[in-house]
Amino acid sequence: MQFAVIQFPASNCDQDAIYAIRLLGHNADFVWHKDNSLNGADVVIIPGGFSYGDYLRTGAIARFSPIMQTVREFAENGGIVIGICNGFQILCEAGLLPGALIRNRSLQFRCEHVFLKTSTFNSPFTCKIPQDKLLKIPVAHGEGCYYASPETIQELQTNDQILFQYCDKDGNLTEQSSPNGSLLNIAGICNKNRNICGMMPHPERACELILNSEDGNLIFQSIIHTLSKTAEKTEIKS
Amino acid sequence: MKAKIIITPKKAVLDPQGKTVQGALEHIGYKGVRAVHIGKYIEIELDGDDRETAKKQLEEACYMFLSNPVIEDYKLEIE
Repeated sequence: MQFAVIQFPASNCDQDAIYAIRLLGHNADFVWHKDNSLNGADVVIIPGGFSYGDYLRTGAIARFSPIMQTVREFAENGGIVIGICNGFQILCEAGLLPGALIRNRSLQFRCEHVFLKTSTFNSPFTCKIPQDKLLKIPVAHGEGCYYASPETIQELQTNDQILFQYCDKDGNLTEQSSPNGSLLNIAGICNKNRNICGMMPHPERACELILNSEDGNLIFQSIIHTLSKTAEKTEIKS
Repeated sequence: MKAKIIITPKKAVLDPQGKTVQGALEHIGYKGVRAVHIGKYIEIELDGDDRETAKKQLEEACYMFLSNPVIEDYKLEIE
């Protein structure tokens, strides 16, 4: 499987994303934001960081980089895209995901491990997560409070687009367990077609036990599993 | 010509900065502060003197780029 990790000026979780994917035995390479090609990648990762210094708004300038047009076309053709932290902010600014990420309610930059409840297993990003498993994955952001209009929130719920919600260690969705004040404790969502995911927590920073958790791998393994199934089907057909 | 753009958070959107500053104003002793909203001010210096065209283009820029309509409102003035 080939992963493309997009590099913007001031991306800073790009190396970690490459490391996490290679650890799982798959290929991952950087793609510079001024390029127009994904070099045949099967999956796109838009990594965390502070693209363009977070000037104007987080993700607002990165969405106009040339590669984002290619990513948009890739996604429109059903390609799997995952935006992590700043990547989530970029996908929202680009209109590829609904809503926006605003300043944390506490006004503090929060950097800590959080617990996540998987709200739906019906997605390429969550299908391999065990049903009762709470994920322990770190967040590191100042602007991760998910906001959308009541109509959009309703639509996310109706279409089963909420993937992850912040919870306490027992799986309760409490106000205290959310690091940022997101509506409905939302930590990650997908689009209506279920091939684009945005999430504030960093699965690539939870990819081996020395980092205190391997739970992030479950998200990447879900993607790999989904794509292997698709590849098998294509082979059978041909 | 100069364009002046004021961007403010939509009323329905939580504005933690505004809330914190409101609390601080009250703490310092200013009374009767009903709400504080913190936004951005952008000044753009423009060539030429065709105000109509400039306004049209900047309206688009405000909507597409300078503000995020999901969370912000904007006011544009050209002088």
